[in-house]
Amino acid sequence: MDTTGQRTFSSIASKVLMALAGVFLLVFLAVHLGINMLLLVDDGGKSFSAAAGFMSSYPVIRVFELALFGGFALHIVFGVIVSIRNRQSRPIRYQHRSITETSPFSKYMLHSGVVVFIFLVLHFIDFYFIKIGIVAPPTGIERHDFYSRAVVLFSDNTYSAIYLVSFVVLGFHLNHALQAATQTLGLNHPRYTPLINAASALYAMIIAGGFMAIPLRFTLFN
Amino acid sequence: MKFTLKIWRQKNADDKGRMVSYKVDDISPDSSFLEMLDQLNQQLIAKGEDPVSFDHDCREGICGACGLYINGRPHGPLKGTTTCQLHMRAFRSGETICVEPWRSGAFPVVKDLIVDRSALDKIIQAGGYISINSGGLPDANTIPVPKHDADDAFDAAACIGCGACVAACSNASPMLFVGAKVSHLALLPQGRIEATRRVQQMVAAMDALGFGNCSNTYACQAECPKEISIANIARMNREFLTAKLFAEKEKNIGFTL
Repeated sequence: MDTTGQRTFSSIASKVLMALAGVFLLVFLAVHLGINMLLLVDDGGKSFSAAAGFMSSYPVIRVFELALFGGFALHIVFGVIVSIRNRQSRPIRYQHRSITETSPFSKYMLHSGVVVFIFLVLHFIDFYFIKIGIVAPPTGIERHDFYSRAVVLFSDNTYSAIYLVSFVVLGFHLNHALQAATQTLGLNHPRYTPLINAASALYAMIIAGGFMAIPLRFTLFN
Repeated sequence: MKFTLKIWRQKNADDKGRMVSYKVDDISPDSSFLEMLDQLNQQLIAKGEDPVSFDHDCREGICGACGLYINGRPHGPLKGTTTCQLHMRAFRSGETICVEPWRSGAFPVVKDLIVDRSALDKIIQAGGYISINSGGLPDANTIPVPKHDADDAFDAAACIGCGACVAACSNASPMLFVGAKVSHLALLPQGRIEATRRVQQMVAAMDALGFGNCSNTYACQAECPKEISIANIARMNREFLTAKLFAEKEKNIGFTL
């Protein structure tokens, strides 16, 4: 708090930090999808393993990995702080459910965020913790061999189903992401905002659809 | 027309309050929502019961005093309409209508449907003004204002401070109100002078009063009786960020983000 009574991390500053971290995560998703698309190449995982090997060994990428963890932490921590403040702002709730028309999925950012977070934890256990040696890899698979790991996981229909559901939810989360971030950062324009909203929806569909193509390929064509 | 009304009754700030059902009959489709409540109150008075308390003043949609949460929407089902300008023809005869006060921690219920909205006044007191006496009406074109700025300022100034944005928001955030007040002054030359300080002080006041944060659902814009645009919230965010990050030292009232 400073002399004006302004609390540390005002409402707007909290939202801006969350938005900036979110935009950074949007970029990360595109990079991740780009590499995962190599799983669709029918070469026994050669190109995918080469890309994954590069990503987990190149020093500059290692630095970005730290930035990425920071981005996730910032987005999640401020998400929780803002949600708690929002929850407290209406101690007595309405009897009648709100029927106000709102931006699609915007009311469920916290819910979809929690689902994505749970997926993230599973994803860490399945890949990252194995890579850094915290979790032992399944027998017969070397800990840097992401391709074999993916093949094994996607051969399990339950895992594939969880994966698909998670990405549908992520798609909903992303549908509101870019357009909410630009609004929060103060970028609202009569001409460009509708374009940003469309781009936001398109990006959500590309990311969700792209990631979902992978288990579908493994389940349907193997 | 006849209606079943479910109305929030609460004796005073300490009472827990509850929904109470009433039946009204012989309502003209052309009576306003408040006139319908007046008719209900006449019935209650005739029976010796306590009439339902609700806020109202001008009854022509410009004062911002009225404001009821009707069937899950502030100011009821019509777009761009205050409660007083809402007519019973917007409902079906025989319909059950649920009437509640605005809900926000910063708007405590005074009695029945009346809430204390002075939190919005406190935000204005924190900076929503111009400190100098700007005198009488200046001669035309002595202070040049671009037409689109004048239009945007006028649209923002249409805010009547009714609090529907807070009532509609899932986070009880008044950012549409604050955005409109920041915008209408910041867009005009007389208000521009104090714009840097103003936005910081008003946001600080808003936060201190315990309001929620905007989560960009745009429920406020959908329910605002004056159809204020969320572009004003973006402008407030822009003004706030530029003030905090780039303002000259004497204008920055504290570097706390």
